[in-house]
Amino acid sequence: MAKINSAKELQAYKDEVVKKVEAAGKKEVAVCCGTGCQAYGAKDVVAAFQEEIKKQGLDDKVEIKPTGCHGFCERGTLVLMHPEKQLYQRVKPDAVAEIVEKTLKNGEIIEAHLYDNPATGEKHKLESEIPFYANQKRLILSNNGEIDPTSIDDYIAHGGYLGLAKSIEMGPEKTIAEVKEAKLRGRGGGGFPAGVKWELAAKQEADQKYIICNADEGDPGAFMDRSILEGNPQAVIEGMTIAALATGADTAYVYVRYEYPLAIERLTIALEQAREKGFIGENILGSGKNFEIKINKGGGAFVCGEETALIRSIEGKTGIPKPKPPFPAESGVFGKPTNINNVETYANVPGILREGAKWFTSMGTENSAGTKIFSLVGKVNNTGLVEVEMGMTLRDIIFKIGGGVPNGRKFKAVQTGGPSGGCLPESKLDLKVDFDSLTQEGSMMGSGGMIVMDDQTCMVDVCKYFLGFLKFESCGNCTTCREGLRRLHELVSLVADGKGDENTIPLIEELCETVEKGSLCALGTTGVNPVRSTLKYFRDEYEAHIKDKKCPAGVCTELITYEITDACTGCLVCKKRCPENCISGDKKQKHVIDTDKCIKCGICKDACKFDAVRIF
Amino acid sequence: MDTAKVEAIIKKHNGDATALLAIMQDVQAEENYLPREAVEHIAKKLEIPISRIYSMATFFESFHLEPRGKHICTVCMGTACHVRGAQRLVEQLERDLKVKSGGTSEDGLFTLEEVNCVGACALGPLVIVDGKYHGNTTSAKISKVVTEIQKVEGGK
Amino acid sequence: MTVEITINGVKAKAEKGESLLEVIRKYGFVVPSLCHHHAVEPCGSCRVCLVSVTDNGRTKLAASCNYKVREGLDVTTDSEEIRRNRAMVLELMLAESNAPQVQKLAAEYGVTSSRFSTEETKALAAERDGCILCGLCVRVCEEVVEVAALNFEGRGDKRDVGTPYQEAPQNCIACGACAYVCPTDCIGFVEEDGVRKLKKWKRELPMAKDPSGRPIAPQFQLYYFTQKAGLPADFYKKGGPGSR
Repeated sequence: MAKINSAKELQAYKDEVVKKVEAAGKKEVAVCCGTGCQAYGAKDVVAAFQEEIKKQGLDDKVEIKPTGCHGFCERGTLVLMHPEKQLYQRVKPDAVAEIVEKTLKNGEIIEAHLYDNPATGEKHKLESEIPFYANQKRLILSNNGEIDPTSIDDYIAHGGYLGLAKSIEMGPEKTIAEVKEAKLRGRGGGGFPAGVKWELAAKQEADQKYIICNADEGDPGAFMDRSILEGNPQAVIEGMTIAALATGADTAYVYVRYEYPLAIERLTIALEQAREKGFIGENILGSGKNFEIKINKGGGAFVCGEETALIRSIEGKTGIPKPKPPFPAESGVFGKPTNINNVETYANVPGILREGAKWFTSMGTENSAGTKIFSLVGKVNNTGLVEVEMGMTLRDIIFKIGGGVPNGRKFKAVQTGGPSGGCLPESKLDLKVDFDSLTQEGSMMGSGGMIVMDDQTCMVDVCKYFLGFLKFESCGNCTTCREGLRRLHELVSLVADGKGDENTIPLIEELCETVEKGSLCALGTTGVNPVRSTLKYFRDEYEAHIKDKKCPAGVCTELITYEITDACTGCLVCKKRCPENCISGDKKQKHVIDTDKCIKCGICKDACKFDAVRIF
Repeated sequence: MDTAKVEAIIKKHNGDATALLAIMQDVQAEENYLPREAVEHIAKKLEIPISRIYSMATFFESFHLEPRGKHICTVCMGTACHVRGAQRLVEQLERDLKVKSGGTSEDGLFTLEEVNCVGACALGPLVIVDGKYHGNTTSAKISKVVTEIQKVEGGK
Repeated sequence: MTVEITINGVKAKAEKGESLLEVIRKYGFVVPSLCHHHAVEPCGSCRVCLVSVTDNGRTKLAASCNYKVREGLDVTTDSEEIRRNRAMVLELMLAESNAPQVQKLAAEYGVTSSRFSTEETKALAAERDGCILCGLCVRVCEEVVEVAALNFEGRGDKRDVGTPYQEAPQNCIACGACAYVCPTDCIGFVEEDGVRKLKKWKRELPMAKDPSGRPIAPQFQLYYFTQKAGLPADFYKKGGPGSR
């Protein structure tokens, strides 16, 4: 395959690809093959489509495209039919034959596969009619449902690498100025202006500079970076290449979690294709500049999401953060100037160059331009990846897009910003989400995890969960973080077990100050956010555990008992399932749980069809 | 582990000491854990103190210094799975497999592990058994999955 | 490059990149520390040397040992806030360590017992023999002795200091530098019956004797030194001036 040597050749190549696709006139069927859909069996759906297309003689009329994540994970496997963008959801392999026969061949709609809006009972044919999609602004994610991540031609047909060509034409200074003007802020958590970072790296005099892409997405409940790498890896490569030419770097590392094998696979293919076309490698697009990208698999340590720890890890050391300054832009990997941004940040860059800074700042808020991808998970109807303009309210995200809380339960809190973010209550739902507003309320943007909790979620338990996570993931160097988080976890566990007293909360608060002020990196300094925010907004729950020895949400096992109510029909199911054999009662007689022997595993409650097992 | 295999892996990375993490990962991919002979061999070849490799192997979650079970059960402990009751799945599997989370059963059949998040939050709570995702699972359902494997293994 | 900073209102000169703690001490101010030693890279582990630093308009508490001096820093080494936080750090440390050195420093900050102490912490402290996981032993072994017999293992609350596979490290020369720099005396360095022992590392090495029969140092240590310094192999056998 020939290299592309100039902007002109790129444009010509693009036109050629587009023309070829148009000439073929095939109907494209995009099957979501993100990790979520794959878990539902998307690969079998793809195989079934391919077989059925052949069988029914539609080879030259229909093209099956396995794509990256479309976002609506709740309803996978998703099948999106272009160009109408008609969406079938929850497609199973055995439904494929009928879809090919009726819809693809005869244009008939199969009602059973349409999205049925639980709120209105309406069925929607088009992706754009579904509230989950209608309320989003999908700059980055939209390509996930359009392009085959293993085909660079597909990316080019959608305007790929035009941003790079433009940047080469503009030169480093103007490129950096454009990114600064676009007010692109780091999507990995800190929200630091990317252009300012680039400028600092560009200013350094050095024989060698590096680019790093932080894909060590460690926040539990967050998977936007993975979905970008899986669905649109070329955008990240293009963004990194633009950054490299602007800062004068010639080598890059993508540090990606080892738990993301599919992302690594897709990225590897994408790098190969980009090299063949001359977008990376030697003499990029005829510019005379060289740039190489390598993949590093992370070792599995949350703290390596912190940039200095990540850099140490690339150097072949344990991930222990270093004080800043010096910043990585001054002294990064192997002591050389290094620009480090995360996946989503780089993925935003090509669009900014292609469409201009003004286009980008026309979206979002004054100080947070553009869009942000969130992973909306937990107790929410529409779990998935959502991309919205900065400044949308939490309420709109959770209720309009997310469809609210399932099973008629009541919304209690939303946790943003990963383990060191905070939990915000219902009274904060009208908060317009951007980098600054969340920090102001004691939470943070983080990388964009958004976990919804309902009235059956205990906030003391949630806080204990995050502290347990953080104490385990701390690198352990600072006494304040290692011992401080450990003791915070112990104290909150004490509360959860009903063993707290009037001194517990004051001691927790006192300790929070030192963990925050005395630790080096963000893991410690923001590690107190879950404690502070739950104490601030849900103090009554702590007090119920301490004073009344009760867990209002019915979660903390030390404070609850399982009992069987009169609704029991005596069906024996719970009795059979109980792992401790502590349920007694004959057939058709009300059963009784021996609370002394009960380990509160909840299996009886799950098993009961009559809702007769209650938590007290 | 065969020294020749370790040699080949080191060679693939051009004997570069900064590729230590990658070399260790490749060895583990081959053996499912990091055998001591391999650690010692890497140390010698790359002229890196064993203490540093040992430190890396215990710092990073992805490494195992002990052989793991034939079947690997991984419970996702991400926040979304947690609020949907993942902890109870761990407890159920601990009972079924007679092993504490993080450990390998005495017969060497099962290793029970936890992972921070695999990003398949729509399917939570989620258990991965030998690479297969069991989404929206319950104690009873996952119990069935592993007891099936136990039955097959026991029948041999 | 020389830069100017302010310490407690006093103008001070320092080299850019120098350890802030060392500059503070050079100017006669007292800041406590447990994990710092001038011979090795500072690592900011114990957090006792917290001071307040205003850098580029932002004021925050920071460990001074691994804070690299830059032009214009404005540093305060004592305040209510600083004392309060140092006291809390020491209270945390008191729950993980029973070392007299930690107790003494804690007492200076009015901390005589730890609210975090439990039966569990006491057992762990006894097992660790006072170790505060500062890693001075690790750093001196790697950076000064250049043997690297020790390292950290694990992370977070499971972090520990030790030898690979918890066995006596075969490359350890039993020089005792780790015991010398240890702020809590927890290595267990003894010489008895012509054998040098480092209890924490389970390392025992027989000692070479000078012509009068007095033990000098472990044979292996002498061998390592002769190799490292390019001395004649029989250098220490002669009992010359460099032998002790």
